[in-house]
Amino acid sequence: MKVFPAVAATLFALTVWQVIVSLTDLPRFILPGPSLVAETWWTNRWVIAEHTLVTAKEVIIGLAIGTALGIVTALQLATSKTARMLVQPILVFTQALPVFALAPILTLWMGFGLWSKIAMAVLIIYFPVTSAFFDGLMRTPPGYLDLAKTMQASPNRILWHIRVPAALPNLGAGVRLAAVYAPIGAVIGEWVGASQGLGYLMLLANGRAKTDLMFAAMLTLGVLSVLLYVMVAKLTRHLGDRET
Amino acid sequence: MTKAPGITLNGQASIEGRQLFAPLTLSLDAGRWTCLLGGSGVGKTTVLRLLADLPTGAEFDGEITATDGAPVAERIAYMAQDDLLLPWATVEKNMALGARLRGQAADTARLERLLERCGLQEHRFKKPSELSGGQRQRVALARTLMEDKPIILLDEPFSALDAQTRAAMQDLAVELLDGRTVMVVTHDPGEAARLGHAIHVMTPAGLTAVTPPKADVPRAVEALETLTCQSDLLKLLMGQAA
Repeated sequence: MKVFPAVAATLFALTVWQVIVSLTDLPRFILPGPSLVAETWWTNRWVIAEHTLVTAKEVIIGLAIGTALGIVTALQLATSKTARMLVQPILVFTQALPVFALAPILTLWMGFGLWSKIAMAVLIIYFPVTSAFFDGLMRTPPGYLDLAKTMQASPNRILWHIRVPAALPNLGAGVRLAAVYAPIGAVIGEWVGASQGLGYLMLLANGRAKTDLMFAAMLTLGVLSVLLYVMVAKLTRHLGDRET
Repeated sequence: MTKAPGITLNGQASIEGRQLFAPLTLSLDAGRWTCLLGGSGVGKTTVLRLLADLPTGAEFDGEITATDGAPVAERIAYMAQDDLLLPWATVEKNMALGARLRGQAADTARLERLLERCGLQEHRFKKPSELSGGQRQRVALARTLMEDKPIILLDEPFSALDAQTRAAMQDLAVELLDGRTVMVVTHDPGEAARLGHAIHVMTPAGLTAVTPPKADVPRAVEALETLTCQSDLLKLLMGQAA
């Protein structure tokens, strides 16, 4: 990421925010200005850090589990016609359901702890990862498959030596998308029932009209998500150039 | 390599009831170059894919036989217009792809020899994206030869190259594929005139055999008989288009 445009964009956003606050003269519990939010963030930095750690843990575990499940599912679908026939329609249908509505029931099943939030993150990212990787696996350039066939390759070896490496860039795109969605899943889980995490902190601050703290927690979540995305993007950028 | 057999394809093909090519008999002489020349859509690539037992989307009614009676498809090596190099693998890994896909160890002595003969030694650890079009096609040719099969099917292998690179590739291919039964599918009359021990022009009506020049392949581009043959072939192709 280029540093200068990022800094310039941040300054621009902060200026617009400050100008709106100064012009409208809104009370601080409606819209606090950036300086107040920064001040609140600093005085509550240890509290925020503690909750950030919890959310980060949920997101990273969720991302790992969701990605692993997505990879396994895509491989299954790509290699078995029966699996495609049975599972693919279900998978598409589940995407038509509002997954967020499941958050309360997940809390009921798995309790108020870490796992109901991880489950929420997994549910949200499972489909994009599966779908991206599966698409890649099904779109192997046909010329490669012709060549492999004339070389008397077995379907298994074609999968590992040609179809999977050719689909890795698609998997990378799916995982990058998942890195953006996973924090949303975790926070929704926290909203429904939690005693820790940035989502919990936002809800708590909101309920007490501590809008400045709410903003501080929200911006921290944003920064966490961006950092996660940048990390995942770095890790997945070279997927597909590597030899298998 | 086992001894190269002659091949005969006899039959017709249709797509959803519409005839793709009329009943024809195409014979490939053992150890010789046969050029199948034709415009787009006459089914020349389908003929090649039938020989290779690749999916064609057409129904084939007929048979493919070898002079020695053994199956054909498992004894072919295939090279297409697209070099089909795996972008994530180095030149030498691409060359050894066949062995890897069969779970065998690559014949390293053969690999070294082919790297040298195709002028690829300095490129062996490069990825395809670091090579020029001509270099990539040399890697594809080397990969085809790593397979060491007696029958070679080439589907417009040099048509994406510029003229001088194409001529050089044709020379190299003739040299390296010596003794194998080769079929080249092409739309370039000049290529057919240079390379074919036998030349067949394919039209919707069937095959027309054209007597090739007497000189041995690869024929000189500038030789009068090569040029005459080239123009005769072009006339045949244009007559069919008119």
